[in-house]
Amino acid sequence: MSDNVQKLVDLLPQLGEGILVTLQLTIAGAVLALIIAFILGLGSRARTRWARVPSRVVVEFFRGTSLVVQIFWLYYVLPLPPFYVELDPLACGIIALGLNYGAYAAEVVRGSINSVPTGQWEAATALDLGGVHRLRRVILPQAWPLMMPMFTNLLIQLVKGSALAAYITLHDINFFIGELRKGTTDTVFAYTVGLLLYFVFAYALTLLMNALEARAKHKVGQGPSLREVLRLTPARTAGTEVRS
Amino acid sequence: MNDFWSWDHAAAVFPDLIKGLGITVLATVVGMIIAAVLGLVVAIVRRSRVRTVTMPVGFLVEFIRSTPLLVQLVFANLMFTQFPSLAVGCVVLGIHYATYMSEVYRAGIDAVPGGQWEAAVALDLPRSRTWRAVILPQAIRNTLPGLGNYAISMFKETPFLAFIYVVEMYAAAQAYGGANFRYIEAITLAGLLFLLVSYPTSLLVRRMENRLA
Repeated sequence: MSDNVQKLVDLLPQLGEGILVTLQLTIAGAVLALIIAFILGLGSRARTRWARVPSRVVVEFFRGTSLVVQIFWLYYVLPLPPFYVELDPLACGIIALGLNYGAYAAEVVRGSINSVPTGQWEAATALDLGGVHRLRRVILPQAWPLMMPMFTNLLIQLVKGSALAAYITLHDINFFIGELRKGTTDTVFAYTVGLLLYFVFAYALTLLMNALEARAKHKVGQGPSLREVLRLTPARTAGTEVRS
Repeated sequence: MNDFWSWDHAAAVFPDLIKGLGITVLATVVGMIIAAVLGLVVAIVRRSRVRTVTMPVGFLVEFIRSTPLLVQLVFANLMFTQFPSLAVGCVVLGIHYATYMSEVYRAGIDAVPGGQWEAAVALDLPRSRTWRAVILPQAIRNTLPGLGNYAISMFKETPFLAFIYVVEMYAAAQAYGGANFRYIEAITLAGLLFLLVSYPTSLLVRRMENRLA
């Protein structure tokens, strides 16, 4: 056992590199997914067919095909004729993750905007707010807290999907697990360490997203502010006031 | 144009892909049966009041849910070399999705009105009968769309089985591409076949959702 730990310590620089690659894939993939989600989500609510139909087709296409197929299509097919687009493996991973989870998130964006009460739309129109203004100041602040829990789920899915990167020559956490296994010849040890790494990674992201969700909710007047949530002493509520 | 897409290659790879699609569907069906049954067991166990049971189960579910399926598959395949990869793959898929399904069941069980539990107590039904005859029939009705959605998503995750050497549809495409240096037709067709199966199924699930809602 102590040999295993020694080996793990020896491999720490590679572990750092692995975490960095997974982190890059996660952050860049998530940012790309968010941008795509808003473009496609708003596009599929547009009144003109020219925006709605292409948005729906793209969303259904990337939701309907498998992430594995997409990532390898980008990696193997794109450099061949007639495309001749040779992407860096990291870019391949980021684009595939962004497109796939962006399509899922586009549905979240669409659904959340749809569930903002129609009265809000009418009130914004009555106040003569323009289209962009209405969306930015009235609709999105209310739709955003609805999106957050589902975005959290998708983000965890994205982290899990990023494990594929090891198969397009990227040295991510998954690749590191293989190296650790080779170094220690102890499959159980290597994979337990690896799975725990992913678990901690996902857990940290969940905590971060929960904090963002609390902030988003507080901004539309639901729930305590983030500062109150994070404060060590429990916030004084009306109930405790009466007792003391 | 001939460089771009060759129908000869497309026709040559097609039978392999269909054979792979069979394995893909088989893995999905077996995996989903395991997930549906195990998910229900987990959901019921997690409702128990004994913390020494619910805590470890809860941790295990969270752990499996938030770690990559791919890593779990490779790990299990290295551990259980005595079993065929396809069987290991189906079981791992099933266990992974059982953790998702348990949440669907939990929501379904929570949605059964409290009056139903009280009525069962008032009628002096034993606990097993309450679950079997009163709660579950109502709860499972709510969970059918969730089951359908996860079946589709599992279908799209079966290509992960290619990494434990199960020749499902994606692996068949990959093998053809490697042998003939023609990836375009094989991988593109595999992608389109996924779409061809999953899109109509998702429409069906959406209809079911609307019906039950």
